[in-house]
Amino acid sequence: MTTPLQVTARLRDPVTDQDHVRGPADAAVTIVEYGDFQCQFCGAAYPNLHEVLRQRADTVRMVYRYFPIANVHPYAERAAETAEAAAARGRFWEMHDWLYEHQDQLDPVHLSLGVEQLGLPPDEVNAEVDNRVHADRVRRDFVGGIRSGVNGTPTLFVNGVRHEGGYDLPDLLAAVDAAANA
Amino acid sequence: MSDPNGLIQPGRSAPGFTLAGTPDGRQIGPQQFRGRPVVLAFYPADWSPVCGDQMSLYQAAAPMFDQYQAVLLGLSVDSIWSHRAFAESRGIEFPLLADFEPKGEVARRYGAYTPQGEAARALVVLDPAGTVAWSYLSPPEVNPGADGIIEALDRLTADRRVMAG
Repeated sequence: MTTPLQVTARLRDPVTDQDHVRGPADAAVTIVEYGDFQCQFCGAAYPNLHEVLRQRADTVRMVYRYFPIANVHPYAERAAETAEAAAARGRFWEMHDWLYEHQDQLDPVHLSLGVEQLGLPPDEVNAEVDNRVHADRVRRDFVGGIRSGVNGTPTLFVNGVRHEGGYDLPDLLAAVDAAANA
Repeated sequence: MSDPNGLIQPGRSAPGFTLAGTPDGRQIGPQQFRGRPVVLAFYPADWSPVCGDQMSLYQAAAPMFDQYQAVLLGLSVDSIWSHRAFAESRGIEFPLLADFEPKGEVARRYGAYTPQGEAARALVVLDPAGTVAWSYLSPPEVNPGADGIIEALDRLTADRRVMAG
């Protein structure tokens, strides 16, 4: 038998304390994003996701997982590993936001300036990234994403079910509200 | 019998073929890789305009295919020249095969050719003996991802363990 068409993809890896999470721990709705810091579509979705978190502060939490498509986006892996180096210092979301707000400045020189701007130690962070200290963590997210049917970026899972709609604010709010009322 | 026009089904012996492939135009076909699983990814055309391009995704996932020692081959009716430019622009290192002359002949033999004159978006996984283990036809506008391929490769590995045990 050939597999039937259009099976709805579901998140295979549940959210754990290893994940980068923002929003209330007991939120009714969890959005898991698989993203690539150099992907323009992720960049376009970023302010909308931010606004969803602001407008639905009591009901939504957001999880970010790395899905760099390095052959198309040469700076994506380094950006992801830099975010993980920031995470090791408790600063993941600040780095995440900086990366999406400076998508035209992801080359190593500007990235290092960004690290410094956030008050992180650029030399230490660069050494960790050069030594691929955080590569396994980024890879683990990517592999889990592939197994969950992630086929491009951004891919969102809303309470474990892949979001098939758009990334405009009204689309995202509708998806979140539907999940909250399910 | 299954629909003679439908996608090739599991249990069938994979039709042999060779086609010119990237990067150097060498003739490549699945029978050269007996002893390893082979993934045939038929797709409509080079240069699909989105970030979520299927072949780019498969290049990013290449280390996962390597873990199964699987060989990945992309196939479309584009010429080797288009394939080369496309592979270069997306950093695609696995072979893209040109099913170009006679146009779409290999796609037809696998039941993966469309009336529009392109290959369907179809995935076919061959076991190490060259028998179809899994096949999947995706709507042309939907990138099927790699999860189905990885699951098929998982099952092949599990089957081999049972046979060995």
